[in-house]
Amino acid sequence: MVEFAQQVVSGLASGSIYASLALAIVIIYRSTGVVNFAQGELATFTTFIAWTLIDHGLGYWLAFALTLVIAFVGGVALERIVVRPVEGGPVLTVVILTIGLFILLGGLSNWIWTAEVRSFPPNRPFPTSAWDIGGVAVSKQDAGILLVTLGLVVGLYLLFQHTKLGLAIRAAALNPTASRLVGVRVGWMLALGWGLAAAIGAVAGMFTAAAAPPLEPNMMRPVLIYAFAAAVLGGLASPVGAIVGGLTIGVMLNLIATYDTHVHLELDRMRLPIALAVILTVLLVRPAGLFGRAVVRRV
Amino acid sequence: MAPLLELADVKARYGQVEALHGISLSVGEGEVVAVLGGNGAGKTTTLRAISGLVSTSGDVSFAGTRISRASPEKVARIGIAHVPEGRGIFSELTVHENLRLGAYLRRGGFAGDYERVRGYFPWLEDRRDQQAGTLSGGEQQMLALARALMARPRMLLLDEPSLGLAPLVVREIFRIVGELNEKDGLAVLVVEQNASLALRSSSRAYVLEVGRVALEGPSAELAENESVRKAYLGY
Repeated sequence: MVEFAQQVVSGLASGSIYASLALAIVIIYRSTGVVNFAQGELATFTTFIAWTLIDHGLGYWLAFALTLVIAFVGGVALERIVVRPVEGGPVLTVVILTIGLFILLGGLSNWIWTAEVRSFPPNRPFPTSAWDIGGVAVSKQDAGILLVTLGLVVGLYLLFQHTKLGLAIRAAALNPTASRLVGVRVGWMLALGWGLAAAIGAVAGMFTAAAAPPLEPNMMRPVLIYAFAAAVLGGLASPVGAIVGGLTIGVMLNLIATYDTHVHLELDRMRLPIALAVILTVLLVRPAGLFGRAVVRRV
Repeated sequence: MAPLLELADVKARYGQVEALHGISLSVGEGEVVAVLGGNGAGKTTTLRAISGLVSTSGDVSFAGTRISRASPEKVARIGIAHVPEGRGIFSELTVHENLRLGAYLRRGGFAGDYERVRGYFPWLEDRRDQQAGTLSGGEQQMLALARALMARPRMLLLDEPSLGLAPLVVREIFRIVGELNEKDGLAVLVVEQNASLALRSSSRAYVLEVGRVALEGPSAELAENESVRKAYLGY
């Protein structure tokens, strides 16, 4: 029982990383109807920026905050410069564009920072010790990652549900024409969505490098698959679903890896196929996901 | 005095297809003007041309400002509220969120504007947290109108407000529009298939036929016009 609780707790921490990347995917999906395949590579790229900042002598949390700002501005710029020309075009065009960005950003990370394996951050952002709660060791890093992610989610919730800007971003995604008629600058709202997604992705990247070192150009590729699984499980358009989906996938993968030692199916190596199986199963059985809802419309 | 809204030789095209072949019309300060015509005559496109939702050539000016190639956001900002075809409400959002979006360009003063709009549509308050897409068709049309009013416009563009609604509801909507015009001097350009209603509710009217103005004049005169009666009033 203690082992079970132990694995759930550490599963929640990695799950919260998947959840934040899934949230980034959901934000862009809601506003453009497109899955951004470059989200993971973008996260890696921004994590390297954080590494560079720390390498130049900045403290971890200062670099963390600065990276969020840089990621946000970068996300906005990407949308304005690269995505905007194909805006309103066929969905497939935008999908191919994000795949292009995936390759481009991956290449850039490799080129600028090389495939050299780095430890990031050099000094841990959270204390390495752990609390003992009823025999369950809760590492302070896991707790920290979970808390920061939850804080992020609460912040986003407040932005989307309780500010005029958040309402405008949602409106622009739901009905662009009607939004323009009430004076919302839809193009900029989409760009803000990209900026927010890039910033959340940066958090996922920085925490991935801390929780599952090392930092290297391909580190987010498996995480992106887990995040996809999380987003699909939650229902691609639901932020709450992304969070629940991410935590579920995190805990599930952890438990499978733990208890498989008794079954010897070597499921630990099967993490990616399992995530893909989740995607497939959800799409076949319940395409709207756990939290997706069919929109009620009366004409 | 120059009219509030003036279109001079406005052409509009969707891709290769020209939908308006040079429309000229005007709406005076505090005037209700109707645009009649059959399907495909260019009524909706005329409104879309004013709002900047379709690419146009020719001159559109509002209150002395040229808005020919202005974006919809800019047109909204200078005081034109457009209730589009099919109402254009945000079905997934709540009634209250729809109204807040109507007031998007207003700086402060939501409560006052809301109070005023509630005077016309008292039921809005009881339904404030209801998803707008679950309202009845008539309620959705009224919500669209209420949302437009939240922007405190000088001019209202109404696209087929009667479409698919029960006669009683339609009469109520036109009564409110008439009251807004009389009390607040709101100028209205209304596009309608229901010609008799449109002519009764307006002071002047234009009849469009395949992208051109075929007839124009005081509504009372047009209602007596033989060809209008035959084509649009059905007697």
